[in-house]
Parts: sequence; C-alpha cells; structure tokens
Amino acid sequence: MSVLVFVDHIDGHVKKASLEAMCYGTKLAENLGLECAGILLGTVSEDLAGLGKYGPKKIYQVKNESLNQLEARLDTKVLAEAVKSSGAKVIIFAHNPSGKAIAPRLSARLKAGLVSGAVSLPDTSNGFVVKKNVFSGKAFAHVNVTTDIKIISLIPNSYPITTSAAQAEVIDLSIQPDSPRVKTGTVSKSSGEIPLTEAEVVVSGGRGLKGPENWGMIEELAKLLHAATACSRPVADAHWRPHNEHVGQTGITIAPNLYIAIGISGAIQHLAGVNRSKVIVVINKDPEAPFFKAADYGIVGDAFEVVPKLIEAVKKMQGIS
Amino acid sequence: MKILVCISKTPDTTAKIAFTDNNKKFATEGVQWIINPYDEWYALVRAIELKEKDPSLVLHLITVATADSDPIIRKALALGGDEAIRVNADSQDSFYVASQIAAVAKSGAYDLVFTGKETIDYNGSSVGGMVAELLDLPYISLATKFELAGTTVTVTREIEGGEETDEGQLPIVVSCEKGVAEQRIPNMKGIMSARTKPLKVVDPTPVEALTSVVAFELPPAKAGVKLVPADNPAELVRLLHEEAKLI
Ligand SMILES: Cc1cc2nc3c(=O)[nH]c(=O)nc-3n(C[C@H](O)[C@H](O)[C@H](O)COP(=O)(O)OP(=O)(O)OC[C@H]3O[C@@H](n4cnc5c(N)ncnc54)[C@H](O)[C@@H]3O)c2cc1C
Ligand SMILES: Nc1ncnc2c1ncn2[C@@H]1O[C@H](COP(=O)(O)O)[C@@H](O)[C@H]1O
Repeated sequence: MSVLVFVDHIDGHVKKASLEAMCYGTKLAENLGLECAGILLGTVSEDLAGLGKYGPKKIYQVKNESLNQLEARLDTKVLAEAVKSSGAKVIIFAHNPSGKAIAPRLSARLKAGLVSGAVSLPDTSNGFVVKKNVFSGKAFAHVNVTTDIKIISLIPNSYPITTSAAQAEVIDLSIQPDSPRVKTGTVSKSSGEIPLTEAEVVVSGGRGLKGPENWGMIEELAKLLHAATACSRPVADAHWRPHNEHVGQTGITIAPNLYIAIGISGAIQHLAGVNRSKVIVVINKDPEAPFFKAADYGIVGDAFEVVPKLIEAVKKMQGIS
Repeated sequence: MKILVCISKTPDTTAKIAFTDNNKKFATEGVQWIINPYDEWYALVRAIELKEKDPSLVLHLITVATADSDPIIRKALALGGDEAIRVNADSQDSFYVASQIAAVAKSGAYDLVFTGKETIDYNGSSVGGMVAELLDLPYISLATKFELAGTTVTVTREIEGGEETDEGQLPIVVSCEKGVAEQRIPNMKGIMSARTKPLKVVDPTPVEALTSVVAFELPPAKAGVKLVPADNPAELVRLLHEEAKLI
C-alpha cells in the first residue's frame, strides 16, 4: 500500500509544485506507515531516479510520449490503473491546472473522496481530516474524507521542499492509453519567466501606478527579486496588464513567501487572493489604505519616489551597484 | 444543440466570513447571496452569446440547491437562457453535486456543459471534472477563450505562466474563467421575462457524499504593520533581508 504522487511536468521538466507534492506525500506516507511513490505519465529529460531525493522510494513511469500533453480523460484512465496496480491508498496532486483537470475526474472514477486546495498534512488522529482553503483565502475548512481511497490536491507553495541523497527505483508501467479526444495545440507563454502560482516572491501593482507605461519599475524590481509580477483586477480589466496576472477573489489565488503590493488599496476581493502570503509589504501613499491592516511591513509614500529608491537599495544589498 | 450551464450561489464578495455552532456552520445572517461570479460572468454570458449567434440553440441552467436559491436562479435567467432546472437538495459535497448534474445532463442529452472555474466559497475547482468523468466526456478546464464551429470547439485554457489552445468535439464539458466573456448587467426586459420562464424542480438521485466538512477556521490575525519611513526604503530591504530572511 502506498501514497502515490502525480508527478506533473512541462517542457521536459518536473514542476516545482510536484516536488512539493512529493515531499508532502513522503511525510504523509511516513505518518501512515506506508511507502511513498511517484507516478509520471510521459517522458522528461531529467533522471527519474534522482527524484528519490524528494522522498519517494519508487517512481512509476508510463513511458508514452502521447501522454506528455494533458488530456484529462486519458490521464485519468491510466492513473486509475496505476492506482490499482500500486495499491495506492492516498493520491496526491498539485492544485495547479493539471491537478484541477485530473484529480476531480479520478475522484469520480474511483469514488475516492477529494480534498482540493489542501494547505497542510491530514490529521489522522480521528478520521482523515484535511485542512483546505475556502472562501478564497478568507478561511479554512477541515474536511473529512470517508472513502477507502483518498485524493488530495495541494496548493503550490504550501509545503516546504526538503531533500536527501536518496535515489528512487524507477519502474516502467505498461499501460496503453486510449486515443485522445482533445487535440492539444499551441502554447503561448506570458512574458514573465516565473509562473505566478509557483513564485516565492511576487511584485504586484494596482491602479495607483496610473498607467501601463509605469510598469517598468515593477518589472525591474521583480527581476531583481526573482519574482513574478501580478496586478489588481481593474489593472487587468483596463488591459494595462494581461488577465493571467490578475490576483484576487475572481482571479488567481496565490500564497508566495513575499507579496509586495504597490499602489493597491487592498479591497476585500483583492486581499482574498493574496492574504495567505507569508509576508506582505504594502507601498501606498494613503496611510488609511485598508491594505496596511493586512500588511507586515509598509511604506506610506508615493510609489514613483519610493520604488526607484527601493530598487537602488536592493541592488546595493545584492552588491550590484 | 443543447447547452447546460451550471449555476451556484455564493456569499457576496464583501460578506463577512464568520462561523457559528462551534465553527461548524457558516454564519449566514445578514449575508447577501450572489451568483458565483465565474458562473455568471463567464460561463453563462458565453452561453448567451452562443445563443444570440444561433437562436435555435437550447440553453438550460441547472443548480443543485434548496428553494432558497430560487432568487439566484431567477437572476441568472434574467441574463438569459430558456429555462432552469433546480435539483432540490443541499449541495453536500462536490461529488454529490456533480452526480446530480451528470444525471440531468445525461437524461437531457446536452451537447455542451459549462461550469465556472470554481465556486468562490468552496474553491473546489472540482465539479466540472467530476461531471465530465461521470459522463465519460472530454473536459477542458480553466478556459479563457471558447469558440464553437459546427461540432468543433476550440478552447484556450490556462496553464502555468501561459495558455494553451486545444481542440475538441461536442459533446464536451468546459470550465470557464476570465477572458471567456465580459460581465453583463441584466436589463429590464430580461428581468421581466425571467419571471415567466420555467423553473423545473426535480428530485435528487440518491448518491453518497464522499467528504464532509467537520469545522471551519479563520486565519490568525496579523500582528500589525511595521512602518518604514518613505525616504528610507533601504531599511525595508534590511528588514526583509535580516528579519524576514526573504530576500
Ligand atoms: C465581485 C467582485 C470581485 C472582485 N474581484 C477582484 C479581484 O479578484 N481582484 C482585485 O484586485 N479586485 C477585485 N475586485 C475589485 C476590488 O473591489 C477593487 O476595486 C480593486 O481591487 C481595486 O484595485 P486597486 O487597488 O488597484 O485600485 P484602487 O482601489 O483605485 O486603489 C489604488 C490605490 O493606489 C494608491 N495610490 C494612488 N497613487 C499612488 C501613488 N502615486 N503611490 C502609491 N500609492 C498610490 C491609492 O491610495 C489607492 O489605495 C472585485 C470587485 C467585485 C465587486
Ligand atoms: N450546487 C451547485 N449547483 C450547480 N452548479 C454547481 C454547484 N456547485 C458548483 N457548481 C458548478 O461547478 C463549478 C465549480 O465548483 P467547485 O467545484 O465547487 O469549485 C461552479 O463554478 C459551478 O459552475
């Protein structure tokens, strides 16, 4: 019996959210007295045995290039067979676009209860209770899973990555997938190199920045901090920034280690998407801006004066100038 | 061609989130309810646009809810749609809800099922995928663009840090998010006609929920903001580096 982690990949590399999921699965397996294994559909360029350093003892691979692209219906069937053959009791996904597509399907197929958007390890002292994000970050729910097989999708950046020198045993699973009913096509990447949902640091701008032409300093600061960029909803609605940067209750929910909000008022719908960030910095010229109540550090001042100085100070600390 | 749009209700985005009964129940007193924004602004509006282009298309709305959701489903009908179906049950968990929707979708032989990306109260992102699996249909999730030509659908969907464009065939299940359509305001004509559109109430099919909420919890309050003078951002950098150890 095992805890099975879905190892998601893109462009030949395992996603960071899946490394977190492997560490999470390993700890859960240890708590339950089970073994942790990973399952990868398709092929990647990295050495799979090396994934053992994130904890799994085994990595199952269904080596079929047609599985490199997501097709939730096919992937679910393949995973359901893998669950059976590996005797998995708990299956872990990252709560990312792939996880959101496959985990619910697998749950319905196996009649296995799903907790999506988990933020910590299950409490198994009385049932199998998983803490999850609800009300878009404004609260948590503790959800009990009553079925024999259980599925969890873990919010990226919720569980720390730790490594050891261990190697995993790589096992080929020969499962023949059906033919796909969805043709996956062109991919367009947004400008930022770091996906917003995986970023540890996020620099975000609001309407206080006045216009898209002023985003240069936001991007420069983000680059220095290896951060992703984000924005408030009106900024995306006005097409100052792309839709996929819009965070909040009706945009993306993120939980980076550091969220820097510049010229954003901190409306309740914005806070909902970001208030699980570990540390929040707010730069706003209005001392009464509601965001300061949710912040750890703040500067009351004009962004056009403060941010250039901040950039200089970061460069100085990093020894760039 | 028949489209089914899944509509759920959620507390207004400014509602105070609090719990009663030893944190076992959401405190609904004084809470205003709205149509889940992803269902209203994107899934429903896109379906209405499709119908505007092809008036022969049949557009039905479905909600799994008790009678107190009727005002919400009427509000959705005011935006558009021919009729609504309410499966008369509490939405116990995602699987329970999905099973109800799948049963209706199957017997009604719908070609296209739209859901929102997620409910903004439970944040499951689950119901659409479950419905698709129960119907053994393809599922494209997190759609930011949706085009229909004959029986071919072309859908752009969110992936990490970008988008991917996929192609599929009807019948299919699609979950919708920002980009698919633009929010609309219902007009007077819509509001009047919604009153006379059929709202069918059907009994739920018996299914067991797979999960249950045992308790809620509010996040801990922040300790209070540490302010740094505007002329000294270097101090902020020092704090983030030395105290928070984040940069
Ligand atoms: C149903 C619903 C859902 C919503 N969902 C979302 C969501 O998901 N995400 C979201 O972000 N919003 C959402 N909103 C909108 C939200 O209510 C706010 O309107 C929005 O977040 C405000 O964006 P903002 O802070 O950029 O702009 P504003 O509220 O205009 O604030 C601008 C801020 O910049 C400051 N400022 C101005 N000039 C400067 C300067 N030179 N230097 C420094 N600071 C300056 C001002 O003091 C002000 O605080 C939603 C609203 C509704 C009704
Ligand atoms: N009770 C319900 N009745 C009808 N549709 C629902 C219900 N709950 C969820 N949905 C649909 O499923 C989507 C995803 O919901 P969830 O999985 O709860 O995040 C929503 O955006 C709705 O379109």
